[in-house]
Amino acid sequence: MNSRERILGRVRRALADASADEAPIARDYLREHGQRTAAQTVELLAENLADYRAVVHRTDEAGLPALIAGLLEKRGAASVLVPSGLDEGWLAATGVTRVADRAESTPDELDRVDSVVTACAVAVAETGTIVLDGSPDQGRRRITLVPDHHVCVVRVPEQVVSSVPQGLERLDPARPLTWISGPSATSDIELDRVEGVHGPRTLEVILVGGA
Amino acid sequence: MSGTYLGMPAFPEAAREAVADTTLRGNLRHATHTIRAKRAKAVTEVSDWAELREAGKRIKDHTLRHLDRYLVQVEETVTAAGGIVHWAADAGEANEIVTRLVKMTGETEVVKVKSMATQEIGLNEALEAEGIHAYETDLAELIVQLGKDRPSHILVPAIHRNRGEIRDIFAREMSEWGRPAPEGLTDTPAELAEAARLHLREKFLRAKVGISGANFMVAETGTLVVVESEGNGRMCLTLPDTLISVVGIEKIVPTWQDLEVFLQTLPRSSTAERMNPYTSTWTGTTDEDGPQNFHLVLLDNGRTDTLADEVGRQALRCIRCSACLNVCPVYERAGGHAYGSVYPGPIGAILSPQLRGTGSEIDASLPYASSLCGACYDVCPVAIDIPEVLVHLRERVVQGGEVTREGNKVVLRPAKGHAAERAAMRAARWAFTHPGALRTGQRAASRSRRFHPRTLPGPGRAWSETRDLPPVPTEPFRDWWQRTRGGKDGDR
Ligand code: SF4
Repeated sequence: MNSRERILGRVRRALADASADEAPIARDYLREHGQRTAAQTVELLAENLADYRAVVHRTDEAGLPALIAGLLEKRGAASVLVPSGLDEGWLAATGVTRVADRAESTPDELDRVDSVVTACAVAVAETGTIVLDGSPDQGRRRITLVPDHHVCVVRVPEQVVSSVPQGLERLDPARPLTWISGPSATSDIELDRVEGVHGPRTLEVILVGGA
Repeated sequence: MSGTYLGMPAFPEAAREAVADTTLRGNLRHATHTIRAKRAKAVTEVSDWAELREAGKRIKDHTLRHLDRYLVQVEETVTAAGGIVHWAADAGEANEIVTRLVKMTGETEVVKVKSMATQEIGLNEALEAEGIHAYETDLAELIVQLGKDRPSHILVPAIHRNRGEIRDIFAREMSEWGRPAPEGLTDTPAELAEAARLHLREKFLRAKVGISGANFMVAETGTLVVVESEGNGRMCLTLPDTLISVVGIEKIVPTWQDLEVFLQTLPRSSTAERMNPYTSTWTGTTDEDGPQNFHLVLLDNGRTDTLADEVGRQALRCIRCSACLNVCPVYERAGGHAYGSVYPGPIGAILSPQLRGTGSEIDASLPYASSLCGACYDVCPVAIDIPEVLVHLRERVVQGGEVTREGNKVVLRPAKGHAAERAAMRAARWAFTHPGALRTGQRAASRSRRFHPRTLPGPGRAWSETRDLPPVPTEPFRDWWQRTRGGKDGDR
């Protein structure tokens, strides 16, 4: 008997006298916490992102290229990783060297890039979370991990949901997902919070609203 | 706590030990109290906590009730998504599978994400014996690994170490394992974290094989979920060519939607955050993004035996949030190592003896490492009635009865005479060397004295069969002393 059969057999024997009628799974918890307008939901997202030490910026479509250029300059970035499907206009105002997100880049190469700019799939206001799903404007999972500076653009209010349940509804489990709530952090040394051990130590989120 | 009735041991002995342990107790007290207070606040932010907790409990119960079906389903969905599924009945088999998979890659180094399942099976040691070095990459696990000791808390495994000790460990050990600590390293947490970042980055960037556990696996979609803070998980899950995940069979949730419950309750219960910094989900392999070889090792190792126990099986609902540790007055004083298992605290006291059986003295005594105050049950986000299971296991130890070991029903002999006394004395000695826990227990004993039986429950039964139990005083001596300063202030 192989282990698969052995384990399944043990499970079945273990459950032989378990009662058949079980309590139904009640889903009477809330779909979102509180009533908010779309604008208030965006406001809450901004607050919760900032509370978890992401740097939050707000602009409109027209102001976006200049804002991104300014953030890269302020950071002193010499190079920026660019996912293949990123809106070209977003980087129109910066002259920083672009590095394409390529499957064959080694982790070492990624480590030498200063910043990365991506879009996102959805953002969750109640938890201050942005979610990336590896779409062409977000790139492979590792490009938002190895560089020390991540700039993420969220379209508001379209990409913002209130809650975790609403976020999951919008996401495709077949895609690899990364949920990001603030920069990398650890509290392992005497519970002192330190930003960034392995992931980007600086997360800047740009909320882009209106035309 | 039956220890109250057994006569006082030499108090100086207890005091000496307690004093020697001030660092440990200070750290633990600070940690548990800080996290406890933060957690309470994080929970009050969510007005439907009670409903979420009930839903979490029922989802897990439902999953366990149909575990065979969901295991088969997760095998199908993971395979369809490009993963390869392996089944491991016990620790030895799991270690063999992982060792074989690593050897197939030709690598002699692997990077690891903190995982209790791999600690439980002793994977690092098994790999080491075959010439494969496993590097822990979570900051706390790195501290533990470099310091050559064992984790003491589920969430903050190196909480028993102070910053000065960590600095010394880094300065002394890092060069043995790779990039040395920077010259003149100080003990500020930021500098220590930076040293760890540099040391580990070198390993991440060249790693070809990653090993992880998982917080959840979704039967419907074949998706695995890892919840973390630092990003070392993301490194291990996405940079290597090969990813091997060792996951206990109880970690299944049926549907994608079910995650909405646990992704709300886990972070708040665990780190008291609205959401942990990083959550990764992956379904098999993805072209050109992340590992191209994915192996899932489904681990039994005593879980089906636990499932066979009607009362005890609820322990399999556990999502390893560590909330029960942080509220436990016994854990707070005793520390994680006292439990002698990878699962410390209240959950360890019910899970370890079930996974391993109560054959050894440590496992037989674990159900007694509790004052039965019930705080663990109150905070548990999946409503595991830990006190109920503790009492049940105590009975098992003392009275014996039918249990399942490695899939077979065996009848456990009662721990008679000497054995029962030994177990009780062991528990008592433990309590007496941890005066705080004893105090808590005594207060509980006084408050509940009208319910006290004339014989002891649990292991004490054999002992009290031949002895009369003294009545419990209306007030513990210590309380009376504190209140009256030994009668000087009058018995107010
Ligand atoms: S028993 Fe409950 S409180 Fe304790 S770690 Fe498990 S889920 Fe958390």
